[in-house]
Amino acid sequence: MARREPGRSPARGRPPRALTESPAATDAVVAAFREEAGRLTGALVRLLGDFDLAEEVVQDSIVAALEKWPAQGVPDKPGAWLMTTAKRRAIDILRRDQRHQEKIALLERSTLPAEPVEADDRLRLIFTCCHPAIAQEAQVALTLRAVAGFTTPEIAAAFLVSEATMAQRIVRAKRKIVTAHIPYRVPQDDELAGRLDAVLAVLYLMFNEGYLSRGRQVAMRRDIAEDALWLARLVAQLMPDQPEVIGLLALMKLSLARSRARFDEAGDMVLLPDQDRNLWDHAAIAEGIELLERAGAMRASGPYQLQAAIAALHSESRSWEETDWHQIVLLYDALLRLTDSPVVRLNRAVALSHFAGPEIALGEVNDLAITLGGYHLFHSTRAELLDRLGEPGLAREARLRALELCQNPAERSLLERKLLRSP
Amino acid sequence: MKYVLLFAGTTDEQEMWEKLPKEQLAAAYEAVNKWFEDHSKAGRIVGGEELRGPSTATTVRHKNGKVTITDGPFIEAKEVIGGFAIVEVKDLDEALAMAKSWPGGSLVEVRPVVDHREH
Repeated sequence: MARREPGRSPARGRPPRALTESPAATDAVVAAFREEAGRLTGALVRLLGDFDLAEEVVQDSIVAALEKWPAQGVPDKPGAWLMTTAKRRAIDILRRDQRHQEKIALLERSTLPAEPVEADDRLRLIFTCCHPAIAQEAQVALTLRAVAGFTTPEIAAAFLVSEATMAQRIVRAKRKIVTAHIPYRVPQDDELAGRLDAVLAVLYLMFNEGYLSRGRQVAMRRDIAEDALWLARLVAQLMPDQPEVIGLLALMKLSLARSRARFDEAGDMVLLPDQDRNLWDHAAIAEGIELLERAGAMRASGPYQLQAAIAALHSESRSWEETDWHQIVLLYDALLRLTDSPVVRLNRAVALSHFAGPEIALGEVNDLAITLGGYHLFHSTRAELLDRLGEPGLAREARLRALELCQNPAERSLLERKLLRSP
Repeated sequence: MKYVLLFAGTTDEQEMWEKLPKEQLAAAYEAVNKWFEDHSKAGRIVGGEELRGPSTATTVRHKNGKVTITDGPFIEAKEVIGGFAIVEVKDLDEALAMAKSWPGGSLVEVRPVVDHREH
């Protein structure tokens, strides 16, 4: 086996870059992990037939990179560096057991792809991580780790659980993949639709978590929402004929396009009606709408396309007042026909309030009390409608209830500010 | 890979089965038999049985070297195991596909079997 390590020495002719000090270097590391982790894990799973081991050694190589690169600089070929480190680690582990001679030989002979040769590997990996036999919260964590190259502490921080809890969640999921023989493949035609739904649900959950947590006072090296977007783009590239994948990608793109307007200078959250639309990224909006049109041309509507279409209508409107509420209500109706969920009904009621008035909308919202009574947005929506109906006392009551139920700091401070302003 | 498919249903479901008219019960059994036949022909069935109801169960408990025998199943649950099949398939997805096509009740638990050669 070639012992040469192409990336081991610091980048030739350049001074080592400190990861934490230079955002450009951090971007380079994130890009390297994103691009290489899934590809490398995928190749190793196929080679070794052992998901657990493959995933573990790639994670080890990422941890090693995080230790070494700050001092030595990011190698010229970060992928090759990670590959060599992961491979060596796998050989070390396998050497502990006589029975693994064959696998060691395989590893030593193999030249794992430093270049993207078989993109399909990552798709298989995603479908394995998002298998319905794994708990959904573990699907999210495993996808972030195995496909996007996140470390366990990063995932734990993002989901506000302890590192030990997150580590255990991941270990349990990986053990199940191995012992229950969860296959490593893209499902067949008749199964594909359902399984793809599960993948998209994971990416959507990941995106929402990342999008909301942006207001938190957590120093994060990586942005989960950006990574969810990256993963969705990856799936869209690998499965170009699936309109819902493109629909989800459009939805993410359109949501992220509003990022800069979502927080004011003091770091406080600004909701859609109050956002400065000049701060929106109009190039990204155009891109999102283009994606949506591409998905629409495939003539198979779905929940993500409909949500993206709603987001697009907001994005295209010059002001909150000029929003095409009638069209938005119609899109929500279509969405309800596909997935009747109380949260969709709540959002529809907000759109309806601008079209048919707050009184009718409040009636619809009140009907959701049993299913959504424990959801802070149910109460804050009621508060907004009650304000508009000239019921400040009841609005205040609803807002206090929302505050009790709300966990997210940015949303909490928004509620607190509104409470301070009310009489 | 060997798996055991545990076929279960709710107690309500079981009562419903017991009250089923003869012809309907026969049709239901036919569907179950066909399931076993089809999968046997495909070489996926290693074994399996239908079990008598939980009211016929006797539980033997070992505790601190003492053995006690009691009437009834060892778990009081709303779900009852009505039978099982041992299957030999490629992977979990194939076992899940079998479970999805099961016509005999509302619940199937799929468990991998321990392969002692691995230990």
